[in-house]
Amino acid sequence: MKQRKLVVISAGLSQPSSTRLLADQLSAAAGGAAARLGVHLDVQFIELRDLAHEITDNMLTGFPGTALKQAQEAVTAADALITVTPVFSASYSGLFKSFFDVLDKDALIDKPVLLAATAGTARHSLVLEHALRPLFSYLRAAIIPTSVFAASDDWGANSVEGPLRARIDRAAAELAREVERREAAVVTDPFALTANFEDMLKNL
Amino acid sequence: MQFGIFSVSDITTDPTTGRTPSEAERIKDIVTIAKHAEEVGLDVFALGEHHNEPFFSSSPTTTLAYIAAQTSTLQLSTATTLITTNDPVKIAEDFAMLQHLADGRVDLMLGRGNTGPVYPWFGKDIRAGIPLAIENYSLLHKLWREHVVDWQGKFRTPLQGFTSTPRPLDEIPPFVWHGSIRSPEIAEQAAYYGDGFFANHIFWPASHTQRMVGLYRQRFEHYGHGSADQAIVGLGGQVFMRKNSQDAVKEFRPYFDNAPVYGHGPSLEDFTRETPLTVGSPQQVIDKTLGFREYVGDYQRQLFLLDHAGLPLKTVLEQLDLLGEEVVPVLRKEFASLKPAHVPDAPTHASLLAARDAKEEVPA
Repeated sequence: MKQRKLVVISAGLSQPSSTRLLADQLSAAAGGAAARLGVHLDVQFIELRDLAHEITDNMLTGFPGTALKQAQEAVTAADALITVTPVFSASYSGLFKSFFDVLDKDALIDKPVLLAATAGTARHSLVLEHALRPLFSYLRAAIIPTSVFAASDDWGANSVEGPLRARIDRAAAELAREVERREAAVVTDPFALTANFEDMLKNL
Repeated sequence: MQFGIFSVSDITTDPTTGRTPSEAERIKDIVTIAKHAEEVGLDVFALGEHHNEPFFSSSPTTTLAYIAAQTSTLQLSTATTLITTNDPVKIAEDFAMLQHLADGRVDLMLGRGNTGPVYPWFGKDIRAGIPLAIENYSLLHKLWREHVVDWQGKFRTPLQGFTSTPRPLDEIPPFVWHGSIRSPEIAEQAAYYGDGFFANHIFWPASHTQRMVGLYRQRFEHYGHGSADQAIVGLGGQVFMRKNSQDAVKEFRPYFDNAPVYGHGPSLEDFTRETPLTVGSPQQVIDKTLGFREYVGDYQRQLFLLDHAGLPLKTVLEQLDLLGEEVVPVLRKEFASLKPAHVPDAPTHASLLAARDAKEEVPA
């Protein structure tokens, strides 16, 4: 079985949070879908709340603290991401955005990313298309076509087999397919030289 | 090994009193600080270059010449000289002039400068920072070594039959350090020329500095200037000391919390854990500084940042006293006892002159 790394980023703030609940369901579904394609997903969760101070510190000092650095390295080395944010003021939360603001802008290039969001009402569902998708387009991620939105109504639905379930499974299957058909992620060393000095002089 | 201080020349309000020194006061203070560095037995004083408020040091060679006239042993350097926005011709002239006035007690550290708005004020673009650093230095290097220069490049007007005057003292160019926080290209540049590499070492974790210095050492050897452990390495550092370490923490905390660069961010405790900053007793500074060697190897120059973030002159002079009386004598002895004989000291005008004379005396 192929081994691949999935990192799940959750920007929920409360405990328990519906954002984390959605992240858990997406992660479990992705694990199952990948296994059916012969891929074992090694899953790591990153709760941005735990990194909130270090994310702000990174903005001010220009370098990440130890825990944030580990999270950034995990994201960079991941074969796929699931990102889930609560909707705050008609967009992703500031903490969610800040995490990506201090991440290397090339870290997500061609990385499969499943986008998901939670909110109190379904009226916010287009945040996925208006806010999250452009952000990850800018970061040149390979965005999974199906994104997943969950409102309070979805958690209170009569059936666990409702439309949210179907959407989670579809998105997870799309993510699994992207992971399965790709080579494992390769991390470039930021300290590696890409040219020797004679070439740098010549190619000014 | 050389020990010294470097100043970034910030004019910052003292957060404990709300008082902001005038430019005139800070400029005179920096001269007092440099002179006191020599008095307490330090080797090097290095001054930054900025072209924006709240900094005063737009003309480092003027300041350094004035200091040179009032000192006798202090090595004068920069931290850093902007190789991107300055005309390399003017750098060649200014520093050769300073060499003559200071009887050779001059070297310089080149840096790119990371203040975006400054570049267009000098007709440059920050996005071309690395190519500017590479082209400008290749011209500077030539101007100090060739009497008549014909040159054409991308970023400045061509030169035909140009001679930079005055010529370097004894025809020996000032030793050059290349400073960088995070660009492997600059470590490569330093290695290519066999120049020194200075790691900022203030804002970034030790693991980062270790990688940059490691790359420079490896490439220094690759380009045939000696073995990797013979490469010329300098480190920055930041300390605040009192006899009693708790007093140091208590006194420095408001300056740290409000510092222009990292203030209102990480706690003092986080920052001392993650970076080379040491706030404590002289013994703690000695222990932490000796530890730098464990991840960069034997190195040649250690500069501390003391006068920043609004610290008053009196406090800075007390810091210099502690450095000169209690810290540096121990560090000198300890580092010397650890350094193998084949690892050179940082080149000075005197050592470069002696090396050249020795070479010339050998019959062909």
